[in-house]
Amino acid sequence: MAGKRWQTLVVPLIGDNPLTLQILGICSALAVTTSLDTALVMTIAVTCVLGMSGVSVSLLRKHLPRSIRIIVQITIIASLVIIVDLVLKAFFFEIGKRLSVFVGLIVTNCIVLGRAEGFAMRNGPLDSMLDGIGNGLGYGLVLMVVGAIRELLGHGSLFGMQILLPVSKGGGFEPLHLMLLPPSAFFIIACIIWFIRRKRPEQIEKPEFQVRLQTRGEQK
Amino acid sequence: MADNALSENPFRALRIALGVALVCALLVSIAAVGLRPYYVANLEAERFSRLGAILDALDEETGPISINDVEARVVNLDTGGYSDVIDAATYNQRKAANDPNQSTAVPADLDLAGIKRRANHAVVYVVRNPDQTIEVVMLPVWGVGYQSALYGYLALAGNANQVVALRFYEHGETPGLGSRIQDPEWESLWTNKEIFDETGRIAIGVGKRSGEDREFQIDGISGATRTSMGVDGLVKFWLGEFGFGLFLERIRRGEA
Repeated sequence: MAGKRWQTLVVPLIGDNPLTLQILGICSALAVTTSLDTALVMTIAVTCVLGMSGVSVSLLRKHLPRSIRIIVQITIIASLVIIVDLVLKAFFFEIGKRLSVFVGLIVTNCIVLGRAEGFAMRNGPLDSMLDGIGNGLGYGLVLMVVGAIRELLGHGSLFGMQILLPVSKGGGFEPLHLMLLPPSAFFIIACIIWFIRRKRPEQIEKPEFQVRLQTRGEQK
Repeated sequence: MADNALSENPFRALRIALGVALVCALLVSIAAVGLRPYYVANLEAERFSRLGAILDALDEETGPISINDVEARVVNLDTGGYSDVIDAATYNQRKAANDPNQSTAVPADLDLAGIKRRANHAVVYVVRNPDQTIEVVMLPVWGVGYQSALYGYLALAGNANQVVALRFYEHGETPGLGSRIQDPEWESLWTNKEIFDETGRIAIGVGKRSGEDREFQIDGISGATRTSMGVDGLVKFWLGEFGFGLFLERIRRGEA
């Protein structure tokens, strides 16, 4: 039993990662990964929201009428996100300002509603919490890797500490400005997905349909 | 299946919806009220750091000054003179603006900042040269932008006709668009702009920069027209007769 619980927590890290396997929550992953500290705070925020929403939705799952379950889930998630946002504004003001709308947008992060509807509605509170935290950490793991690459190549620093001295300050490192723009996160996430699927071929999806070559006779 | 039938009972659904909404509302309210003191303290720190940033950008000659060492004075906006009745350290301009005894209603046609009521007093920060003439004066300004109130400081040179800086410390504008009023690049556009033209009219403003009035005009922010217009209005309002107009006249006469 304990082994199964452990699996619930660990599988979303790589095996069933919300970002790289389910391709959810990409939008916020592009926005908050320009530096490691914002990525870390976002990870903590999403993990908290996922864990708590898992417990709350799971506790209510037997009482929730099917017709209004999504609205109730979103109400719970939105309340949790507001509370997390208020905590950030109170104790992490500077980073909260840099994350700006993206904390509020956790409400619409597909991962949160996906776990509430897909897991917490069918499992007990403890399992749902572990699943939420696992998914949050899985999301965060990718965020941290992307954040580290972008901050190191874009600013030459990690967590704000200068590691590579840029040319403008007399060093030999030319910052890659592309890394500070959202598309670079796409490229990095794509590379991570490719790498994981290379190592774990079972993650590669079968094509949904075969592209059929058009022949001249079929043209209309 | 009995359970399922029960679940679909509309009154039961309503009860659960109301219950969840009530609990959520309660939790959010507790968090909002409980954490507010911390948030307010953060905003206050932000206000001071923005004021400090204006000081840091000043001439090196005066040396590093901290905002705590700068003279804070209460100005009576109706007379333009300093008031010693009110303590600058405890005066709250925002509260005063809502108190009918401490504020004046702004006539609609003069209300360029969209603030409806203006407090009668304001706390300004004055940096003086060694010969006691004013080097920089920092005026609190606020007004309505696109979807929030904008709070900031307008720093003027001692001649009361040149902008040193305009720094906003609190706003709720759209991130990435209206929030660019805090973008260092846009802030730098304000430095050294002139305020009054030869006839004494307020010529400074946000808008399209054309050839002749380059010394007065600041580029608007594309994609944030309403915010730009809000900043334009509040700067004009606070420099005008209903704002610091009389105080600025005193500065020009060397009486402040």
